[in-house]
Amino acid sequence: MIHDFGVVWSERGLLLSGLANTAILSALAAVAALALGIALAPALMSRQRVVAGAAQTLVDGMRCIPFLLFAYIIYYGLPSLGLRFDNWSSGLVALIVYNTAYMAEILRGAWKAQPREPIEAGIAFGFSGVRLFRRIILPPLLLSAGPVIGNQMIQIIKDSAFLTIIALPELTHAASSIQSRHYVPFAAFITAVFLYWGLCLVIEAGVGSIGRLAEARR
Amino acid sequence: MKQNSKVLDVAGISKKFGAVEVLCDVSFQVDKGETVCVLGPSGSGKSTLLRCINWLERPDAGQIYLNGKQIGVTAGGTVMTDRDLSAVRTRIGMVFQHFALWPHLTVLQNVTEAPIQAQKRPKAEVRDEALALLAKVGLIDKRDAFPARLSGGQKQRVGIARALALRPDLLLFDEPTSALDPELVGEVLVVMRDLAREGMTMVVVTHEMGFARDAATRVMFLDRGRVVESASPEQFFTQPETERARQFIQRYAGSAANGKT
Repeated sequence: MIHDFGVVWSERGLLLSGLANTAILSALAAVAALALGIALAPALMSRQRVVAGAAQTLVDGMRCIPFLLFAYIIYYGLPSLGLRFDNWSSGLVALIVYNTAYMAEILRGAWKAQPREPIEAGIAFGFSGVRLFRRIILPPLLLSAGPVIGNQMIQIIKDSAFLTIIALPELTHAASSIQSRHYVPFAAFITAVFLYWGLCLVIEAGVGSIGRLAEARR
Repeated sequence: MKQNSKVLDVAGISKKFGAVEVLCDVSFQVDKGETVCVLGPSGSGKSTLLRCINWLERPDAGQIYLNGKQIGVTAGGTVMTDRDLSAVRTRIGMVFQHFALWPHLTVLQNVTEAPIQAQKRPKAEVRDEALALLAKVGLIDKRDAFPARLSGGQKQRVGIARALALRPDLLLFDEPTSALDPELVGEVLVVMRDLAREGMTMVVVTHEMGFARDAATRVMFLDRGRVVESASPEQFFTQPETERARQFIQRYAGSAANGKT
């Protein structure tokens, strides 16, 4: 067993580049999905029924597709429609689009739970449109939804493991190739698990600091 | 010249929520420096009237003029865009029953936010004025605290400073002391009395009979969406014209005595 971990150690370069790719992929996807989710949330809350209905259909539809299947569609399915992405772009697009739906839905929920009066005060004090959203509505939303957004970011990290099936050289892919090359499945996969765990701890730390900001304002 | 002293002119405002008629043909004017207290039983339409003035509620009929310019409707007769409406709203300060402070901003930021972001005034000037306003309401030492750390009375004084920071032509108070513990009401009323004395133009929806009696220049009694009486406080409280007003005053006689500070 010790020997198996020794084998994994000898392949640490591969593992670390997988870890780096997972981190980059997740970070880009998290930032982009949150930004797009923020842009989509006002549509979900729109008073115009058509806009809100269309946005909600999109979000609900997306949330009901298994991520693995969605990644398949982007990478293998779209080329038959003439849209061809390489594995990096496909993986990133899949993660972003899929999680945008979740982020928007998280923000919508938090928005509905916000007290009405401070937003009304914003309107009464001369805020409207984008400025009202950006200055008055969004900041308390992000503070109160912080832990749930953090949770979704952890989900993004774990979802990125699926992208091994489109040969994206991320952490699971690296662990997988080490185990098939040397036949050390337990050591390779358990090492990957601990590395994922480390990434999640970073997110947890970030959520913790947002939580402290929110606590001072609650 | 008399025209110029009229800050607010409400002309025939009506408002329905579904089939319920909340306001019916309400008209009144407020001159510069006046403190008009709007009294009336719950559900008489007081808050809705206040919210119609700055178009938080859109009136079904009637016009509202601030310093001679119509609110909510353009010269061409069309409904104003949100942007134009926002510009008009920055001329009117509003104080809310449940404070409605912005939870993510400090006390000082709450006061400076609208002048800087909505009125686009220079930051340094706004900040100096905001600090002076916080000193005026006695909260200068709380400037870096978040609203969640304040008592109700302190929150409402921040609410008043926030409204004053707009340099408004008109201040609207929507039951500013109704959500406060009784022992905290006084500190808010003191600030409001000072403003009335300094000649701020104010419309105050309140149940504080003591305040209405000695700080108002005029009292307006609303019942079922109609202005039933409009008189000086002396006249209203000693010789009300209608039976409805007489009953109302009697019911609040106790709280009027308590409300004196």
